[in-house]
Amino acid sequence: MTTTPRALIAEDEPLLAAALQQELARAWPQLQVAATVGDGLSAVRQALALQPEVLFFDIRMPGQSGLDAAVELADAWPADKPFPALVFVTAYDQYAVQAFEAQAVDYLLKPVQAARLQKTVQKLQQALAAKAPAPDALEATMAQLRHLLAAPGVAAAAPAASPPAAAPLTVIQASSGNQIHMVPVAEVLYFEAADKYVRVLTAAREFLIRTPLKELTEQLDTSVFWQVHRSTLVRASAITTVTRDEAGKLHLALAGRPEKLAVSRLYAHLFKAM
Amino acid sequence: MAPASAPPLKIDWIDKLQRLLQTLAFCLAISGIQYAFRPEKPYYIPATYSLAIGTLTWALIDFGRHLFPSSHEYGWPKGFAGVALPLVGIVLGYLGGTLLADWSCGVSSWDTEGRAQLRISIGITVVAGTVISYYFYVNGKSAWLQARMAEVHSQATEAQLKLLETQLEPHMLFNTLANLRVLIGTDPVRAQEMLDRMIAYLRATLNASRSTQHPLGDEFQRLADYLELMAVRMGPRMAYTLDLPQALRDLPVPPLLLQPLVENAIRHGLEPEVEGGHITVQARTQSGPEGRTLLVLQVSDTGAGLGAAPQPAATSPGTSFGLAQVRERLATLHGDAGQFTLAANTPKGTRATITYPLSAPA
Repeated sequence: MTTTPRALIAEDEPLLAAALQQELARAWPQLQVAATVGDGLSAVRQALALQPEVLFFDIRMPGQSGLDAAVELADAWPADKPFPALVFVTAYDQYAVQAFEAQAVDYLLKPVQAARLQKTVQKLQQALAAKAPAPDALEATMAQLRHLLAAPGVAAAAPAASPPAAAPLTVIQASSGNQIHMVPVAEVLYFEAADKYVRVLTAAREFLIRTPLKELTEQLDTSVFWQVHRSTLVRASAITTVTRDEAGKLHLALAGRPEKLAVSRLYAHLFKAM
Repeated sequence: MAPASAPPLKIDWIDKLQRLLQTLAFCLAISGIQYAFRPEKPYYIPATYSLAIGTLTWALIDFGRHLFPSSHEYGWPKGFAGVALPLVGIVLGYLGGTLLADWSCGVSSWDTEGRAQLRISIGITVVAGTVISYYFYVNGKSAWLQARMAEVHSQATEAQLKLLETQLEPHMLFNTLANLRVLIGTDPVRAQEMLDRMIAYLRATLNASRSTQHPLGDEFQRLADYLELMAVRMGPRMAYTLDLPQALRDLPVPPLLLQPLVENAIRHGLEPEVEGGHITVQARTQSGPEGRTLLVLQVSDTGAGLGAAPQPAATSPGTSFGLAQVRERLATLHGDAGQFTLAANTPKGTRATITYPLSAPA
């Protein structure tokens, strides 16, 4: 790379962000910190706008977590540019650290120590020099993120008290006005998270429920309903075609619904011709 | 018969074997005594009767227990059944055992010669059956009590561990230390100040379970320590107001009663919000029923609000535990007179309110 490498720091605690920038200036003088942001939403926006080569993402941030920000960024990242090298920063997340180790994802523990940072910088420099072809780098990052999000306690940033494995849900109870609709799960084509609600769509109708998608996922048979996006669970047998657009993104067409559903890059590996 | 709905008591065969062996040993001991009194009769005769009656009685009672769902708890049926079971067992065991032994020894206990014996053997069976039934009953009950005690003990330990875990939340601790490390280099005076706050916070947290009451003024001081630490970390995203009238400073309160509420306000109110928010902790009095004065302690924030994030509330270990702890402490101290409410703050955020009567009527 002929131009100087640039980095984006996403860290919500101002003192820590400033400190990381200082330590980086010492450990990697050529690196230019293009921007420092304090939340997970600006992290994605700024990363897309500036297209830096290196990202330092705090795990716990307002707006959305560093992991979620990475997934969103990967979905929106232009196909012709190499995906930035990603380093997660965390104060204390026992589970996350285990998962990072297992996935060989680069991470820093707060307080960031000079010697440890030096190692990370060396790894980053090697990775940038190697210049992996774009789709491969993105694919590798996707695989890592997929595993991280599936690792226990990581996505929630705290060890969740896992609920007892209940029998799979058979009926969705959706209230509208003063009545409750009993919607058989067998009729549901897909679930879509929308703000504070989850939309439940059958061939004929749409219902709203308040149960978070994550909780639903745990109560549904995952071989029947596939997660294809952070906010979408779709009945696999209802999918008729999968189309790849010119940007390389996948879209699903369903039997019984006119709309198309976007597939997150995170889950694109589910769709491969046999 | 056990109702079909009750799950069958799981049969522990090792336990059964143990009881059978104990019963057999007891029977042999009885027949040994009988033999000592009447050595003219061969030993095998009282031994056969004793073993036949004993084994049958044991089997009837020990397997009969499983028909009563109430024996799930400590292995013995409750109430009337608890007496009827051994009674029926002993009568049937005696009759069946005697017939069995008669058949195997080739004699009849019911003829004229045998009848003289009958009274003695009935007496022995009743006494022995009662004693050994009572022995098993007490044994089962004490095992059950021991198991219960162990269970209660482990629950208490778990609760204590959870409390400590929420108080010394590692994420908070390490982030604070990270900030401190930065300040030591850039602003040593501020670093020292932050360290003093942290020491006070840690000391209060670790002492909290030991002292039962402290003045409200101290409580607010501890909250100030915590909020100041958070203010350094969160920078301009967080601001706070502590409002404690001079007259209320010396009121005794349980230590760190408000701490979980302030922690929740930060964790679930301010932290998820990109803009952060403001936290207000307020103490005031208001007149209640029967001329009593009510103390009102309120923690309000302008953060995400109650409905905003059902997921973090359900998954993080602290929240529900912290609130349960507040409710529990309030109930212990003031019974139904203590109230705790969580409501939406206007225009946004959450308002947690503790209300309880002051002991002295106004």
